[in-house]
Amino acid sequence: MARRTDIETILLIGSGPIIIGQACEFDYSGTQAAKVLRREGYRVVLVNSNPATIMTDPEFADATYLEPITAAVVERIIEKERPDACLPTLGGQTALNVTTELAKAGVFERYNVELIGAGLDAIERAEDRGRFKETMEGVGLATPRATYARSMAEAMSAAAEIGYPVMIRPSFILGGGGTGLAFDEEDFITRARYGLSVSPVGEILVEESVLGWKEYELEVMRDRADNAVIVCSIENLDPMGVHTGDSITVAPIQTLSDREYQEMRDEAIRCLQAIGVETGGSNVQFAVDPATGRRLVIEMTPRVSRSSALASKATGFPIAKIAALLAVGYTLPEIANDITGKTPASFEPALDYVVVKVPRFDFAKFPSASTTLGTSMQSVGEAMAIGRTFPEALQKALRSLESGHKGLGATEAERAWIDTPDTVLVEMLDRPTPDRIFQVGEALRRGMDVATVAAHTRFDPWFVDQLSEITEVRHEIEAAQLLAAAADPAVRPCLRTAKRYGFSDAQLAYLWQRPEDYVRQLRRDLAVQVTYKTVDTCAAEFEATTPYMYSTFEDEDEVPPAEKPRVLVLGSGPNRIGQGIEFDYCCVHASFALRQAGYETVMVNCNPETVSTDYDTSDRLYFEPLTVEDVLAVVDAERPEAVIVQLGGQTPLNLASALAERGVTIAGTQPASIDRAEDREQFSALCAQLGIRQPPHGIATSAGEAEQVVDQIGLPVLVRPSFVLGGRAMRVVYSYEELSDYLTDIYGEGMSDSGAGLDLSAAPLLIDRFLESATEVDVDAVFDGSEMLIGGVMEHVEEAGVHSGDSACVTPPPTIGEEAMAAVLSATEALARALEVRGLINIQFAVKGNDVFLLEANPRGSRTVPFISKASGVPLAKVAARVMMGATLAELRAEEVLPQSFRQDFMAVKEAVLPWDRFPEEDIILGPEMRATGEVMGISESAGVAYGKALLATGVVLPESGNVFFSLANRDKAIGLAAAQALSMQGFKLYCTQGTARYLDHYGVPNEVVDKVGEGPNDGLALIEAGEVHLVVNTPRGSRARSDGRKLRLAAQHAGIPCVTTVQGALAATRSLQAGRDALHAPRSLQDWHR
Amino acid sequence: MTYRSALAVTADGEVFEGRAVGADGVATGEVVFNTAMAGYQEIFSDPSYAGQVVVMTASHIGNYGVTAADDQADRAWTAGIIVRSLSRRESNWRAEGTLGDYLQQRGIVALADVDTRRLTRHIRDHGAQPIAMGVDISEADLREMAANAPSMVGRSLAYEVSTKAPYTVEAIGETRGRVVAMDLGLKRDIVDNLTMRGYEAVVVPATTSAADILDLDPAGVFLSNGPGDPEPLTQPIAAVRGVLGKVPLFGICLGHQVLGLALGAVTFKLPFGHHGGNHPVQRLADDKVEITSQNHGFAVDPWALSEGEAPTVTGLATRDMMPGLMSSPFGEVVPSHQNLNDGTCEGLRCLDIPAFSVQYHPEAAPGPHDSLGLFDNFVEIMENN
Repeated sequence: MARRTDIETILLIGSGPIIIGQACEFDYSGTQAAKVLRREGYRVVLVNSNPATIMTDPEFADATYLEPITAAVVERIIEKERPDACLPTLGGQTALNVTTELAKAGVFERYNVELIGAGLDAIERAEDRGRFKETMEGVGLATPRATYARSMAEAMSAAAEIGYPVMIRPSFILGGGGTGLAFDEEDFITRARYGLSVSPVGEILVEESVLGWKEYELEVMRDRADNAVIVCSIENLDPMGVHTGDSITVAPIQTLSDREYQEMRDEAIRCLQAIGVETGGSNVQFAVDPATGRRLVIEMTPRVSRSSALASKATGFPIAKIAALLAVGYTLPEIANDITGKTPASFEPALDYVVVKVPRFDFAKFPSASTTLGTSMQSVGEAMAIGRTFPEALQKALRSLESGHKGLGATEAERAWIDTPDTVLVEMLDRPTPDRIFQVGEALRRGMDVATVAAHTRFDPWFVDQLSEITEVRHEIEAAQLLAAAADPAVRPCLRTAKRYGFSDAQLAYLWQRPEDYVRQLRRDLAVQVTYKTVDTCAAEFEATTPYMYSTFEDEDEVPPAEKPRVLVLGSGPNRIGQGIEFDYCCVHASFALRQAGYETVMVNCNPETVSTDYDTSDRLYFEPLTVEDVLAVVDAERPEAVIVQLGGQTPLNLASALAERGVTIAGTQPASIDRAEDREQFSALCAQLGIRQPPHGIATSAGEAEQVVDQIGLPVLVRPSFVLGGRAMRVVYSYEELSDYLTDIYGEGMSDSGAGLDLSAAPLLIDRFLESATEVDVDAVFDGSEMLIGGVMEHVEEAGVHSGDSACVTPPPTIGEEAMAAVLSATEALARALEVRGLINIQFAVKGNDVFLLEANPRGSRTVPFISKASGVPLAKVAARVMMGATLAELRAEEVLPQSFRQDFMAVKEAVLPWDRFPEEDIILGPEMRATGEVMGISESAGVAYGKALLATGVVLPESGNVFFSLANRDKAIGLAAAQALSMQGFKLYCTQGTARYLDHYGVPNEVVDKVGEGPNDGLALIEAGEVHLVVNTPRGSRARSDGRKLRLAAQHAGIPCVTTVQGALAATRSLQAGRDALHAPRSLQDWHR
Repeated sequence: MTYRSALAVTADGEVFEGRAVGADGVATGEVVFNTAMAGYQEIFSDPSYAGQVVVMTASHIGNYGVTAADDQADRAWTAGIIVRSLSRRESNWRAEGTLGDYLQQRGIVALADVDTRRLTRHIRDHGAQPIAMGVDISEADLREMAANAPSMVGRSLAYEVSTKAPYTVEAIGETRGRVVAMDLGLKRDIVDNLTMRGYEAVVVPATTSAADILDLDPAGVFLSNGPGDPEPLTQPIAAVRGVLGKVPLFGICLGHQVLGLALGAVTFKLPFGHHGGNHPVQRLADDKVEITSQNHGFAVDPWALSEGEAPTVTGLATRDMMPGLMSSPFGEVVPSHQNLNDGTCEGLRCLDIPAFSVQYHPEAAPGPHDSLGLFDNFVEIMENN
């Protein structure tokens, strides 16, 4: 068997925007697949609406469709491109869902497209709970015992047979409502009754509970000759009950004997065979009863998943790439293992290290959410670390998180629990939260015994004992404080042990009360130095040709000698809201560009989901935490010409000064310039000097001062505490009343009780005049010291005051006049020159008519670089990377890295995607604090169509007719009028609240008045619940009047009705409605747009 | 943690530092590495490791403790063990004790906290070689012991580990027949695989003659795994020649090498052997790949039975690294399996008489179960005979 020659064109479906549960791992898998399929000579047609992906770079496919991933659109693409085959298993659940829809509609049949990888039957057998169970039982695999019940009597007898606790799952309930555990009969009666009542068919599944059982996953690859291998085994530290995406996970499995493991392996393979996954990778999840070893199959994912990305990074076995090759006919023994080059892919990786993945959460941005972890994933990112042992890998992973912890305890952050009484602490261990691992560390530090901690957390005692070893070493470190202070060589054994247990210099510095540099010097003096080992798939049995390294403290260092000058690229660490795939995109581009320019590129990052941590992306990969200690160690090992810090977002930027102070050469714009742009006073002075206007602003250290500042600059104002980054705790305030509310919220008693209170004099309040109805404009540019390259100018759809990451934007700007545009461009160049920028700069302006105000300047790569690069066709990050290393724009033009000229004769829209579905109680309004997880792009000649496409790509399907609940805040009414008129002309019926109705009446827009919420039978809520509303337009009125609106918005959200919360969004939505649905579904490839 | 520092020195003078975690004393043996990630107890109790020091490449060893059910022999034959991290606490519902206690009880010298990857790379690059290790002994003494330790080549260790007297293990369920299992270092799971298929196993010493074997009137003869060099095993080789063609025969590992020698092939020492649970082996009859459990330092060179010559191959192993049809005093022979990592011979099948063998371990223990069907093949051959 070998490569299939009967297919030429393959359609590859991506996963769309980054959402919780579906992140950049699918860019990693899609990019690998597209690359290898093209290398094999196939024509690749790609669809993905996410512009921040590497896979949608035009060079990765023959035809790249940045279009919504809906059945209607994909069908049109199929009609146009006539692929021979469709590979649906690399684009996450999105690709699988759209494929199922297309298959059921007969589209693949109609156009004679073959599904490769997994067929419809296999997908359905794996995804349908009932069919899955049946299939597993058919091949002798045990699943949790369960019975369907249609009455309380049936339910009671089912529960009695299974034994408590039992899981109750109402049938046909979207989003798992009513699903939950009952621990005793009383509990069960309540829950079962509720479940029976909410199920539309009056049925519940009463299922054996596996809560607290050990949780395992196997990553299996299978080819069409029925060869199967286990690529990676994963053990969850958090037992069943916590979603694996929210669990700390460990590879390989640590607590199973070979007998148990091999039986599990047999079952996993049998599972793939029975489901009928013909080729490719799948994930099979098991639960094991720790007391008896009883093993159940829980679920299987018939496609490449988040776990497979982790498994690929953990083992060096590129699952997606191999899956793509298997899908086109190769068998495993025909494919070489990339890393050895000489052995085949038909083997099972052997690990001589331990990999730990830790999830990262952003609960602070969603105050309505409980921090208890459960079966619905809530984490927004993850960090992975590799160490020779579990303690080392865990501590590295914890410091990779950038959550303030530098490892397991022994940092300032541990003070949060230092005074917690034992009795309270032990209760904390019962509840899975992001902090539990640190609470376990604290409990063990106090001497709580392993069995107790294991009983409360349900962590396997082996792991708890390993954690206990960490805390025991901590005590040894503490005991050696005097030796350390005296730099006594006798401290060396302790120091070496500490490092082998993964303690960071920062933790040692904390325990020894010395600066971190002191610890580093002490290690240097006593020769306790880092060594790098290779991830080689084979535990050193064969020589590795790929320098994929991780640090540890051993005898031997394996860093291969380098031949070319090296550049270090610092990645962006775990994804979080505000810092995600866009920055990884920039880092990957830098690596590509510099490799091409003759450098050896060295990537440092700890995010397993990304393309940057593919060992194929850079010449060398260091899978390491992004801390000063870890980066300095890589610098020592690689001796690079320079380090690139401006492309990975805030993470590397935060390291820039510390690295520069320790003699590291920073590429491009210097840290001093970065600091200058961030220091409010210095920056204001600079703007004044350059004649650039800023909104009036001031600083207050007391409530009285705050009022004085507001007196001076006028309302409304934008307020935020000075130390908070990324829009956290930022608010637009319209009245003095609201100002005092805000001060109480942020600085008041409520906050200080929880220990998080702020001192207004220590963290002064920054106050800016908020420019109402101003248009926000974003510029991304590259400056080489003499010439400026404007990558693009974007106009935000939502007004200034909505975080740029949450706002939709359009390029080129449709409403900015020539004069204002000239002012924007000249200010950009003046600032770039004054800040001595070499590389990227991003500037945000507020434009009101011809007046241009500067809001913020960031001399670094921004979130919008990939979007603007896709729109303009200019590889901005590549150009910037070269400029940082000394090239001029003129030279890059000569080299054809930069086109001679470029023009964009279409409109491109970026729209943000927000995680409301994961936080169902959160008010869905937009504000100065960013909460989007991802973005999509829409392209068209018309801005309305482009916006409509982007909206559709976020999953919003606007109704073509019906009723609109239309209610605007006073300040929005003038602008909103046009939207109301347009909707009315389109034939929509408008339901309005009284104020809005009166306003529309005045302008002769027909509408029907409805009651205020709670004040009559015919209020908005009742209409929404009755299914009488098909679109909601509701803009918030300031914090005090928000509660009614909040109820309406939540009701719309829960009912799945599109809800527009800004007046500008409403205008854009009406424009897209006017364009009509057919225009939104018409696809055109990026290559075609840029022809 | 009480810390007793210990040393290991290879014959070519590399020094490794660690902590003593097993029995007291000093051990020497040929150092080999095993890449299996679990199954340490089966490995440490496998008689095939007689005279060897095993380096486990997996980071944590001892995690799930030990249990009598996993032992492959009554006593430990492994000379010594080197690991990165030995778990002080075990956790598993099957566990009956800690690995640390087990090592001490069985008198196995063990080192932990060693840079096992450095040692593994050293073995990979410089070959399996003697190592000496222990506590309370100088580096110089260890160096001398290692340098003077015998090479594995020419050592007939199978005689030493073999049972001294025959014994019988009852069939499970209804008895279908009797298999004479020649103990060259027999693992318990092999016996289990015979008895669970309804065969009574009569385990006989490595020195048993063909006549004595045939006197037992077996349905088949099984040649076990075992330690050392196959070449000096003249008695088993002669016994095999005496039974070939008369009763069905199945050999595993050392048993495979003994069959190869009996057929007229030669054996050679691999640079560092195959020890692990992840080796891809292709079944040449239908190209199916099995992930196999392996533990051998020597291999059969089948080209001695062929007119042709082995080609030089760079890159992935190819089929033509194996000869096609070969001839032997017992008729035609084909290579039946090939290791895809290095292209070496992993199985032989006689076409004219009922005899076959594999270099790897279908009984797993530890390792994948992909090849358990070979025992069924053996049963089939015995029933059809």
